[in-house]
Amino acid sequence: MTFDLMSSRAHPTLLRLATAGSVDDGKSTLVGRLLHDSKSVLADQLDAVERVSRGRGLAHTDLALLTDGLRAEREQGITIDVAYRYFATADRSFILADCPGHVQYTRNTVTGASTADAVVLLVDARKGVLEQTRRHLAVAALLRVPHVVVAVNKIDLVDFDEDVYTRVAAALAALATDLGLPDLVIVPVSALEGDNIVDRSSRTDWYTGPSLLAILEALPVADDPSHEEFRFPVQLTLRPQEAARDAAHREYRGYAGQIASGVVRVGDQVVVLPSGRQTTIAGIDTADGPLAEAFAPRSVSLRLSDDIDVARGDLIAAASSVPSLTRDLVATVCWLSDVPLSKHSRVLLKHTTRTTRAIVSAVDGVLDLDAVQIVAAHDLGLNDIGRLRIRTAEPIAAEPYAGHRRTGAFLLIDAQSGQTLAAGMVGDPLAGEGEHADEWDI
Amino acid sequence: MSATAQTVETATRDGARLTLDHLDTLESESIHIFREVVAEFERPVLLFSGGKDSVVMLHLAAKAFWPGPVPFPLLHIDTGHNFPEVLSYRDHAVAAKGVRIEVAMVQDYIDDERLSERTDGTRNPLQTQPLLDAIADHRFDAVFGGGRRDEEKARAKERIFSLRDEFGAWDPRNQRPELWNLYNGRHRPGEHVRVFPLSNWTELDVWRYIAREHIDLPDLYYAHEREVFERDGMLLAVGPVSQPRESETVVTRQVRYRTVGDMSCTGAVESDALTVEDVIVEVAATRLTERGATRADDRISEAAMEDRKKEGYF
Repeated sequence: MTFDLMSSRAHPTLLRLATAGSVDDGKSTLVGRLLHDSKSVLADQLDAVERVSRGRGLAHTDLALLTDGLRAEREQGITIDVAYRYFATADRSFILADCPGHVQYTRNTVTGASTADAVVLLVDARKGVLEQTRRHLAVAALLRVPHVVVAVNKIDLVDFDEDVYTRVAAALAALATDLGLPDLVIVPVSALEGDNIVDRSSRTDWYTGPSLLAILEALPVADDPSHEEFRFPVQLTLRPQEAARDAAHREYRGYAGQIASGVVRVGDQVVVLPSGRQTTIAGIDTADGPLAEAFAPRSVSLRLSDDIDVARGDLIAAASSVPSLTRDLVATVCWLSDVPLSKHSRVLLKHTTRTTRAIVSAVDGVLDLDAVQIVAAHDLGLNDIGRLRIRTAEPIAAEPYAGHRRTGAFLLIDAQSGQTLAAGMVGDPLAGEGEHADEWDI
Repeated sequence: MSATAQTVETATRDGARLTLDHLDTLESESIHIFREVVAEFERPVLLFSGGKDSVVMLHLAAKAFWPGPVPFPLLHIDTGHNFPEVLSYRDHAVAAKGVRIEVAMVQDYIDDERLSERTDGTRNPLQTQPLLDAIADHRFDAVFGGGRRDEEKARAKERIFSLRDEFGAWDPRNQRPELWNLYNGRHRPGEHVRVFPLSNWTELDVWRYIAREHIDLPDLYYAHEREVFERDGMLLAVGPVSQPRESETVVTRQVRYRTVGDMSCTGAVESDALTVEDVIVEVAATRLTERGATRADDRISEAAMEDRKKEGYF
């Protein structure tokens, strides 16, 4: 089965996926099948995989080999690092971050989920909801991935039994409610045999929903910008002077950036942070000409009505909903470094386009992903998710990550080695937007 | 460009939702990457060969800094085996954009014996040393490359910001995790960062974008008649550095190039694709990857690209 790659729609969209699953749940087979059935695996790649499969004495072609890119991965037969895969149907292009299940699990899944519109989670129908499943869903909830699609796999191995599926689906739905997942879709599949992957299977006639691919094609891309507050981190000032490509633009002064959330229109009232100066949008420019409105995630250049001081690291925000500035954060972080937090009390904090010095003033605790609760701790090590109090040298417009995936996210960086130490989320993403940082108690 | 202005209009509403179309999304992501690098690095440079990916990069860079000029120079590592029409395209494109280009010649290294010709005649792997020397000599700290993750399995694991040590080496097992759109470009003196603004583009995306933006390419990307001979299942052009052996017969075929590199190891594919629209149809229907179809150097082993990248290759 293949798809028609020529677009049937004038403007196909782009959806970012991250996979999650435990060892042996058939994740690689599912990814291989999505790539294969969407014709994204080409003959020479398939030949190479068949050659290696034969060399290893395997009876079947191991599609999992498609996703092992590094020599060490092929030699050891494990996937080490996130691999990015691309496939497309007539209406949509997909970027799939394939996150390995066992090594560096949290680090890889957090990385993949940070940019994902949807997480595709695999559950083995025979095993049902495991502790691992709970951890995967907790990470998706923590990173505020808008959609989670659970493929209940190996449905052929339970004789396409509706009762088995119903029990697993009920347990998943209960978990989703516990974790506050905004959108959970469940589909019974056999990745190996192709049931409900591209087309609905006649062997699961009790299942009335769409196939996995039809679900992925129909999911809304990210959040709807028209329901978000406008946020625009300034990357740099475009001020060409004599170097302008035409004489008409010698006096040009625009602020270049990518809209982090929401919609901006010419004439909108905005506030520039941290200065707090209010002004209006005089123009929205691109190299292709001016726009009357623009929305996330478009890269544009904004002109302001007033001649005020604006620089990289500043945030231009809707005047109707100005974020507050703070130097004291309570945040949830995933520790990504081999060297523990205790060796890094002074760090750099990168938030939107601003990098500032910061001190970790307290460790409130570490998140037990199985129980989904904070337990007391004094340090964070690799793959730990913990709650920290952080003081920054400069005030930043940090907003709760729960409602602001771009302006609520930050990195902690080692100033000496330059290594990325931690992925940070302002507030408690699992508690939702209503929760205030100062209300936490252990 | 009127084509794009129209796109802005029609892409605005997907049902009741605001949704950017997929080429606009990729373009905005790439522009964001260019601007981050210019804001955070002292001396960026863009690797430019005249190949389609580098041409698209330059086009995106020009859009990112409009109405100002592209604020960094280009660098070409000239193997001495380039297609002449690509070199003339390169010089024309550079003049049209008003950018400066540095050219490092592999031939100079062979002439003074810093490098020696390989027995198989290909000079692709020989580009690494002139590249690393040029980066060190000019103290470039960020180097834009046109690599795409869909090209090759080692590249599928590459970060958008990819740190290189003072030897130019890539350590695939010790890469920085890359989260959200927060890129970490910190590096120590002597180190540099390779930046891949087209990471998330596929071959088909590149061609659709070339069509949408009316981007000019060297003619050899489109079908033309050429004298070729078959070697290792590839069609090689007859030229000063790629002569047929006695057993190989020269034939005239209608061909085009899917990738443009060193003449001695870049194969042509038979094609009737005369226009960019024809190429899009052809790429969408192809059963071979662009490197598998056209690059002898990637056929050497399963890890040929990974090994070259670890040594500092593009």
